[in-house]
Amino acid sequence: MCECSCADKKDIYLPALATVSKQELLNDTEMYLHLQLDSGEPLGHAAGQFVEVSVAGLGEAPISVSSSPTQDGFELVVRNVGSVTNAIHNLKAGDKLGIRGPYGSGYGIDELKGKDLVFICGGIGLVPQRSLINYVIDNRGDFGAVTILQGTKDYTQRFFTDELARWDAMDDITMLETIDEAHPEWSGNVGVVTTLIPKIDIDLTQAAILVCGPPIMYKFVLITMKEKNVAKENIFVNLERRMKCGVGKCGHCQMNGQYVCQSGPVYRYSDLDNIPEAI
Amino acid sequence: MSMKKISKTGFGEFITHIINTDGNVYGVQAKTEAKGDRFAFGPLTSADDLRLDYDVTLSPPKKYLLPPKETLVKYEVGGGYESSICKCKSILIGVHPYDLVAIKQMDELFSQDEYDTHYMTRRRNTTIIACDVAKASPNVFASSMGTATVTDGYDILLTDIGGAYVAHAATEKGEALLTEAAPSAGDATEADIAARKAVQDKNDTGLNQHELKCGPADIPGLLEKGYDSPVWEEKAATCYSCGSCNLTCPTCYCFDVQDDVAWSLKEGARHRAWDGCLLENFANVAGDHNFRKKREARYRHRLYRKGSYIPKKLGGEIACVGCGRCVGACLPDIANPVAVYNQLLEETK
Repeated sequence: MCECSCADKKDIYLPALATVSKQELLNDTEMYLHLQLDSGEPLGHAAGQFVEVSVAGLGEAPISVSSSPTQDGFELVVRNVGSVTNAIHNLKAGDKLGIRGPYGSGYGIDELKGKDLVFICGGIGLVPQRSLINYVIDNRGDFGAVTILQGTKDYTQRFFTDELARWDAMDDITMLETIDEAHPEWSGNVGVVTTLIPKIDIDLTQAAILVCGPPIMYKFVLITMKEKNVAKENIFVNLERRMKCGVGKCGHCQMNGQYVCQSGPVYRYSDLDNIPEAI
Repeated sequence: MSMKKISKTGFGEFITHIINTDGNVYGVQAKTEAKGDRFAFGPLTSADDLRLDYDVTLSPPKKYLLPPKETLVKYEVGGGYESSICKCKSILIGVHPYDLVAIKQMDELFSQDEYDTHYMTRRRNTTIIACDVAKASPNVFASSMGTATVTDGYDILLTDIGGAYVAHAATEKGEALLTEAAPSAGDATEADIAARKAVQDKNDTGLNQHELKCGPADIPGLLEKGYDSPVWEEKAATCYSCGSCNLTCPTCYCFDVQDDVAWSLKEGARHRAWDGCLLENFANVAGDHNFRKKREARYRHRLYRKGSYIPKKLGGEIACVGCGRCVGACLPDIANPVAVYNQLLEETK
């Protein structure tokens, strides 16, 4: 048994308070929040990490940090799917939230440096990817060509549209967007996100492919990448699990022997070879 | 550390002295009225109620270290959060060696990586008076798992050698308690120590109602080959997903986290409560997607946790201690880990 003094150890389940500095409903289901920790400290996250967001009386939910570590404060985007997330949708500027974390392994920036990056995002898969995209933009010289593919189910669910337009206007970013079903207001590409892959004009076999979207999307993206001879080592997937405690104890997020809250949620696809429960 | 001999007549005084010390004292007692001829850990108020001749308790002593429901933090709604850490002192009397192994594993799991102050504070404030097994339970297989006897993990270990108990103090805390509560106990003689060894030698091979046909160290290798074995579907076909195997297991420690608000709606508390990976919604995520929807996937997960996943966190030690509680608790009689491991052994021959 450990011989150290427990009194010196912090309580891993104790949330810190953060204040909502800005909130905005992005579409019918996605709420954007900008937060600052009340301690005045930065969150100190890496791109791809998540936090446990706490609403007193209702519980906690694991939410990806959407902002780049290079930005002031931090941002979350929350879909209202349960009691905690519904309560988050009712927050106003000045309201408080509990925050634990950041948790998880993040993207592993050093491995991506110098590489061409292809972001493949489905729906709210854009939210965690955005933390890395904006990090890359703020450290543009460290990375090669950047291509962003965004697929959304229908036109009305698109969000961060101003930001997508800003990325699209950048000379050193290729932004491709599609929606699954045609809409009178939409003149762009129609079809699932994989229909954009043939339009990428870089050598995919030399790029890092970063994928985040609904479970079904991974299957089709991974098949396409196999056809394009992209090595599994160069594909990074962002997996969703019920990360209840965030600290590798409660067992809910376990995927075979992996605790997603610790070793994930971002995984190199080749590391999942012996993890049949992964996708 | 010392090895004392406490006569059976002096033993009652020893236990009475412990009951009268500060803090909570829990011991094994017979549950004759409610549960038939079965045993359980419970608050001990009289030395006469203590039954060190028990075979196995209904539930393991882990409930005193990881309570079924435990407050983690308290809060004011709309305000701040405050840690709630239980600092009460407890003494457990009658913990069997296999349960000590399980506690030692939990000590490691709750202290490695992220340090769990809630568990560890309770653990540090708990004194364990263990006892060697006096009677084999109907389903014990501790001898197969190498957990029938132990040399550490306790403060005091009692061994019934017939007319007396040999008490071995393994920690400073145990030594102090032994000196204080059994002041007249003399040192154990060579003959007493030999008698103690005879009890332990007998248990090392005799607590084996289900015989594992390989060594525990072979289990991870068996599982490595057995992921797609038909055994998972065969066994899980009659699984009720009731989680009784999780509930009675001394090494299961998964938990859920829940919030409660007081009637005033002004304050509340966040608790953790035991959960079980056999329960249907254990791996559910938002949007009602279940990552382990099938019974056989959940059934397999439990056996892999015990024999493969957790051992990777414990330097290879298997997270099944052979208490046999799951075997007895499982209504369709599919939970026996030995039956599964032996079947895998047959399949891979």
